[in-house]
Amino acid sequence: MTGFAVEANFALNIALLLMLLVCGVAIARTRSLMAAILLMSVYSLVSAVWLVVMDAADVAFTEAVVGAGVSTIVLLGATLLARGQTERHDWRTQIVPGIAAIGVGVLLVYAATGLPGFGDAASPANAHVGRAYLEQTAQDIGVPNMVTAVLASYRGFDTLGEAVVIFAAGIGVALLLGFGPRAQLAPLPEDLGDHHVVLRVVAKLLIPLIVLYAFYVQFHGDIGAGGGFQAGVILAVAVILHALVFGLRETMAAVPAKAARTIAALGILLYAGVGVVCIVNGGGFLDYDRLFSPRVEAMIPANLLGDPGQAHHWGQHFGIFFIELGVLLTVAATMVTIFYGFAGRVLDGEAKR
Amino acid sequence: MHEALVWIGGGLVIAGTLLSLLGAGGVLRFPDVYTRLHAASLTDTGGATLVLLGLGLVSGLQLDTVKLFFCWAFIMLTTPAAANALANAAYGSGHKPRIGTFQIVPADKNIPADDGPAEDGPTGDGSSGK
Repeated sequence: MTGFAVEANFALNIALLLMLLVCGVAIARTRSLMAAILLMSVYSLVSAVWLVVMDAADVAFTEAVVGAGVSTIVLLGATLLARGQTERHDWRTQIVPGIAAIGVGVLLVYAATGLPGFGDAASPANAHVGRAYLEQTAQDIGVPNMVTAVLASYRGFDTLGEAVVIFAAGIGVALLLGFGPRAQLAPLPEDLGDHHVVLRVVAKLLIPLIVLYAFYVQFHGDIGAGGGFQAGVILAVAVILHALVFGLRETMAAVPAKAARTIAALGILLYAGVGVVCIVNGGGFLDYDRLFSPRVEAMIPANLLGDPGQAHHWGQHFGIFFIELGVLLTVAATMVTIFYGFAGRVLDGEAKR
Repeated sequence: MHEALVWIGGGLVIAGTLLSLLGAGGVLRFPDVYTRLHAASLTDTGGATLVLLGLGLVSGLQLDTVKLFFCWAFIMLTTPAAANALANAAYGSGHKPRIGTFQIVPADKNIPADDGPAEDGPTGDGSSGK
């Protein structure tokens, strides 16, 4: 029976990789930008499925939400500026880039043969620090999802850097494209008519559910797959869906661009503030064990999480909670800001109007 | 009892997969946007329903079944709405449905595909094209 399961898994891997290959070739061959973007979305979705097969649920989640979801929308927004078709180059100009691409590909395949086997317990990544995380998470951190433990606690400083990178990306897009000044040119909601009434009713039903799901992913992050990054993107998707269906003007009345960029900065501030509080209480930066002074920690009821027998890691639990909240705020608000920048940008001809 | 449910569930999963496959064939073979959309959306919801029902029977009544139910509800809400939006957009950009009888013509003397907004009325039956 195990033999059969291994065979089935192998066949599934091969099938998914073939689908990825087909998608990649199709992306390279198509001349329509929109078809390429949609194929990239399919590529992301298939690779998310593949990551699930490889038991990397958190990464699969991110790939599905960011790769197949938000980046598709942003790229589609960007193509509104472009012509929607790529130029067909003379094949002679493609020789040198082609040779370079094939050379890099061969090198990568050659390098891949030197990688340790999938799930190899003796590989360097699994033998030293990875093994220490696996063995000590339960007593150090006390959260069931070790990915969250590594990401938010052991490697909290790195994750702060990631959140800042996302924030910086939002600032960059806003500096280039603005904060959606074109929204005032969008048609009034009364002028839209009842053409898309089905879409609007369904969106009205779905947006609260998407927000609810985002919070589920957020607060479930230290137990199952998920966390601030994924939840933030899902939350942003709810806002973007509202903008796509009801128009940018309505959305910017509900979630002003100013509020979005303020929240993005507040998220980083909350994350870094947790680290500073740890320093003030005598620990290192983002050392959650010192998040609360012993006097405060004694005031927290023992059965707050329903399991009084568990060793207490209130600092770790609350630290992870707050920094994930910071990540949620930053990611969601930055995604919304980027979307506003793309969707509400002023075209060159319109600026004078 | 459970054994039987697993077999029935597995059969439903395979049936759903085949239905989705049929839908993909329809998308490739049908003559215009609307019939292709018809093939895609109907088999999509139907296939997903069969697959999720089959998975629910295999897993038995537990938390996963509830999650599968939510997946199903989500698909039943979104897929028809997406099909509606697509058809709406196709109609809005001037795609006319083809009305009449069709015959599958060889690829080399194919009638012009309905790729862009049509200037004139319905193209009529396939044999009169070109």
